[in-house]
Amino acid sequence: MALQAIAFYVMAAATVIAGFCVVSARNPVHSVLWLILSFFSAAGLFVLLGAEFLAMLLVVVYVGAVAVLFLFVVMMLDVDFAALRQGFARYMPLGLLVAMFLAAEMVMVSTAVASRGAAKGNDAPMAAAHSGVTNAEAIGRVLYTDYVYFFQAAGLVLLVAMIGAIVLTLRHKPGVRRQIIMNQVLRTPKSGMTLVNPKVGEGIDA
Amino acid sequence: MPEAVIWTLLTVAHILAITVVLLLTIAFIIYGDRKIFAGVQARKGPNVVGPFGLLQSFADLGKFLIKELIIPAGADKAVYLLAPIISVTLALGAWAVMPIAPGWSVSNINVGILYLFAVSSLGVYGIIMGGWASNSKYPFLGALRSAAQMVSYEVSIGFVIITVILLAGSMNLNVITEKQAGGFWNWNMFGGGFPHNLPLILIMFPMGVIFFISGLAETNRPPFDLPEAESELVAGYAVEYGSTPYMLFYLAETANIVLMSGLMAVLFLGGWHAPWPEGYLASWPNWLASLHGLVFYALKTFAVFFMNAMVRSIVPRYRYDQLMRLGWKVFLPTSLVAVFVVSGWLIYTRVGA
Repeated sequence: MALQAIAFYVMAAATVIAGFCVVSARNPVHSVLWLILSFFSAAGLFVLLGAEFLAMLLVVVYVGAVAVLFLFVVMMLDVDFAALRQGFARYMPLGLLVAMFLAAEMVMVSTAVASRGAAKGNDAPMAAAHSGVTNAEAIGRVLYTDYVYFFQAAGLVLLVAMIGAIVLTLRHKPGVRRQIIMNQVLRTPKSGMTLVNPKVGEGIDA
Repeated sequence: MPEAVIWTLLTVAHILAITVVLLLTIAFIIYGDRKIFAGVQARKGPNVVGPFGLLQSFADLGKFLIKELIIPAGADKAVYLLAPIISVTLALGAWAVMPIAPGWSVSNINVGILYLFAVSSLGVYGIIMGGWASNSKYPFLGALRSAAQMVSYEVSIGFVIITVILLAGSMNLNVITEKQAGGFWNWNMFGGGFPHNLPLILIMFPMGVIFFISGLAETNRPPFDLPEAESELVAGYAVEYGSTPYMLFYLAETANIVLMSGLMAVLFLGGWHAPWPEGYLASWPNWLASLHGLVFYALKTFAVFFMNAMVRSIVPRYRYDQLMRLGWKVFLPTSLVAVFVVSGWLIYTRVGA
């Protein structure tokens, strides 16, 4: 138990400190790196909760794919820090307001969960963890059996979003020579070159 | 409390033992790689240090360690030094769940295969950070290439892994290995489960090949070593590195190659099981049976690594657009269809049973 407590405090502290550094780091690339650390420690917290499947998904999806693309974009961008900081004072009140609402909502939700007020009739995911089913199985059952129609609907929404993104960015340029891979692969010495035996001093007339 | 202390000490000893053996293996794998490369080119390869040049890797290690550590002036110092450390930590950390022999893996977790997938997908950070922190054009281009390449091939690796998970019905690597017991005809490469799953050989054999090739791309191994293509990018993300940090990168790369070979052995070639029925193991003492398993696991890993090394010495380097085309237009659709076919087959054959 003591080991778990130590692990919890270390990882929780890492998450909070990394989260703070995300907003306070001067270099945007450093911000993304801190963000990755905070994702990673959050995954560690999931493991402590016994939700190892979610933890691995968090690492695979967010750290392994989304954050790589973030990093990719941020590294390629030439960000002008001075211009970014100019708006800081102007947007400060609005930002504080949003932050205040968020904090209040989080406190309310946490107290509701802690006092089991809101979640009383909805115990299914927790119960599954104790009945000898691995949590991958429990999530699979909830997602693909109990709520399969909602899952399919979410899939459709994502599909539409994907098609939308492609439609918005696809440009057909006329006059572009495209590679035809089959032709490249099927090229043989016979079709690719001709052997000629020129007479000395005459050259080749092609 | 003392129990927890003893457990901690034992686990640390276990981790140390596996790490030391792994590092020694890597030293000789590097030597073997160079020897195979040399053999294909009709050269002798390393043959000076120690008998047959066996100690070459250790001589190289000594050389790297005593070289001067140079940090480029414009480099982001912290990230520059962090990058190789992250690479090597992840590459060694992945071995925590590897089922090297019955009961010998450090941690037998339920989502072992996902853990390996997650850790190997994190490997890209070492390279991106190294390339960016060097503050130089070639490393940066190498890092970008590497990031795009690794993210692309992870997708197909993910789908191939899903077919294996479907066959085994579990994400636990020990369970996946156990399911392939009883002879080579039960290996996932050959359909996983002899008579009734035999038709799946048509799917699973190509999946094994796709996994092998994607593994090459994921570890930046030739013919997919574009991040360090010397004719285009000097040494890619490692241009500005020297001394110990460079050695760490090199170590991580080799550890990842061994990891991919080991993973191929576990997922498709039956892990620690011999290619024949192992009824005789029942009368053996436990440790001897585990040793028997370790021998077969190691043999399979080295066999896959040998193929890896042969590919490296025989196949010419891919062009970058061909690499992307192979990943997204060939492997991704193929493995996606394979997931559908395998799950359909499993449902179809289980309906009557």
